[in-house]
Amino acid sequence: MALYSEKVMDHFRNPRNVGVIEDADGVGEVGNPVCGDIMKIYLKINDAKVIEDVKFETFGCGSAIASSSMATELIKGQPLEEALKLTNKAVTEALDGLPAHKLHCSVLAEEAIKKAVKDYYDKNGIEYDPADFPEDHDCEHCHVH
Amino acid sequence: MKIYADNAATTKMSRDAIDAMIPYMEEIYGNPSSLYEIGQIAKESLENARARVAKVLNCEPREIYFTSGGSEADNQAIISAAKIGERKGKKHIISTKFEHHAVLHTLNKLEKEGFEITLLDVHSNGVVTAKQVEDAIREDTALVTIMYANNEIGTVQPIEEIGKVCREKNVFFHTDAVQAIGHVPVDVQKDNIDMLSLSAHKFHGPKGVGVLYAKKNIFLSNIIEGGAQERGKRAGTENLPGIMGMTVALEKAVANLDNYTVKLLPLRDKLIAGLDKISYSELNGDRDARVPGTVNFCFEGIEGESLLLLLDDKGISASSGSACTSGSLDPSHVLLAIGRPHEVAHGSLRLSLGEDTTEEEIDYIIKSVSEVVDYLRNMSPFWRDLVNGKRPHVFAE
Repeated sequence: MALYSEKVMDHFRNPRNVGVIEDADGVGEVGNPVCGDIMKIYLKINDAKVIEDVKFETFGCGSAIASSSMATELIKGQPLEEALKLTNKAVTEALDGLPAHKLHCSVLAEEAIKKAVKDYYDKNGIEYDPADFPEDHDCEHCHVH
Repeated sequence: MKIYADNAATTKMSRDAIDAMIPYMEEIYGNPSSLYEIGQIAKESLENARARVAKVLNCEPREIYFTSGGSEADNQAIISAAKIGERKGKKHIISTKFEHHAVLHTLNKLEKEGFEITLLDVHSNGVVTAKQVEDAIREDTALVTIMYANNEIGTVQPIEEIGKVCREKNVFFHTDAVQAIGHVPVDVQKDNIDMLSLSAHKFHGPKGVGVLYAKKNIFLSNIIEGGAQERGKRAGTENLPGIMGMTVALEKAVANLDNYTVKLLPLRDKLIAGLDKISYSELNGDRDARVPGTVNFCFEGIEGESLLLLLDDKGISASSGSACTSGSLDPSHVLLAIGRPHEVAHGSLRLSLGEDTTEEEIDYIIKSVSEVVDYLRNMSPFWRDLVNGKRPHVFAE
């Protein structure tokens, strides 16, 4: 299928890290059912602030599932600081590109991870600069992309 | 197993249609406008095709205009009726919310030019009634345009009754019959139709050719200028191979309609019954008032594009009304028109069967769709929320 790269199709057909972490240290969910995509990221973070485990659940199209899978692969085993540097561009490049109208899927992946880290910071009373984290947005947001 | 279940998108050409085209590429390649022999033979064939198409639709040959397909025919029918109306000070057009974009976008254009457009609501069963049309007709109504059968959900409209209302009120009636011709009986006299659009590739004919039927008292406006073809109403050298292929395909489809219906109805209904067993799913559109081949379902908690990709991996070609498959951000306007909420419309699947579909294929489709829906639900946080009661279900279990 020419719509997606082989990398996207591989991550869509065989998504890595699908599932739930019941005792997750941070959870982030972005998107909404009206727009047609929701991503939820679960993080297990150790004392050294390294992402020991990560799982995701996604409701969405092929590129949404592939973006979630790739994003989790990119941050697994990484220190939190590194995970926070993950950009949607890096996810897209690792997937050998996404069609222009699917780029927002990689944005969702980046935002879901940031939201999960923020959740971890909030739960543990760790201070952070709110400007480093995306604000929750409503449905109108995706209509701007 | 390879199963083509997207016959509403396009069909495989029939051998007869292909065979009918070849002589018009290899031997009778003359331009029907030329006066020498192979031009004149081409011209005779063209007029013969026109008469045969007219016979199938039950109209006069001079009421048949060959076009590039259904979209062009829709455009020309609507614009022609609008111009006629405008000359009489009638600038109101009635249609429905779930028409094909060839109709809706043409109406949008006319709205910008000062026409008033009434788009009728569609009942949750995917049908509009003649009463709705009657109530909407005004003194200044120039045209009613309502599709014969819906392309996404397959529901068939009460065209004969709607046509009758239009006749009584003296308003032109156009129907986009692209999904109906060759799938349900159509007769422009009996159905009170003034204008009709059809497209060859929906009934095993070639792509890029169609017909506009327009009653002889309707003065058509040109969409394409530049020649005297089609009685001066559609310029461009006629696509004679396409027209010959379409004519044969049309005759064959209509002659075979009873067999086709008898064969497909039990398969269609078996497919509906099988997909109905998937929890929190629902058929889109009326169970009975539908073409024999088209089935459209919504499944809660999943998104249509990923469903299509995984079905493709299992060898099944189908389509969906999700935003991701349409290339836009909103799901199908058809599903929204019948009252499906956005989140459910994203999880839609259209399967359109053809005359080659077998019972074994139906069993395989039911099994595959059930597996893929389960698989996608298992990784869907939306589905988890539905199961946990954090979000409300739309459908009953």
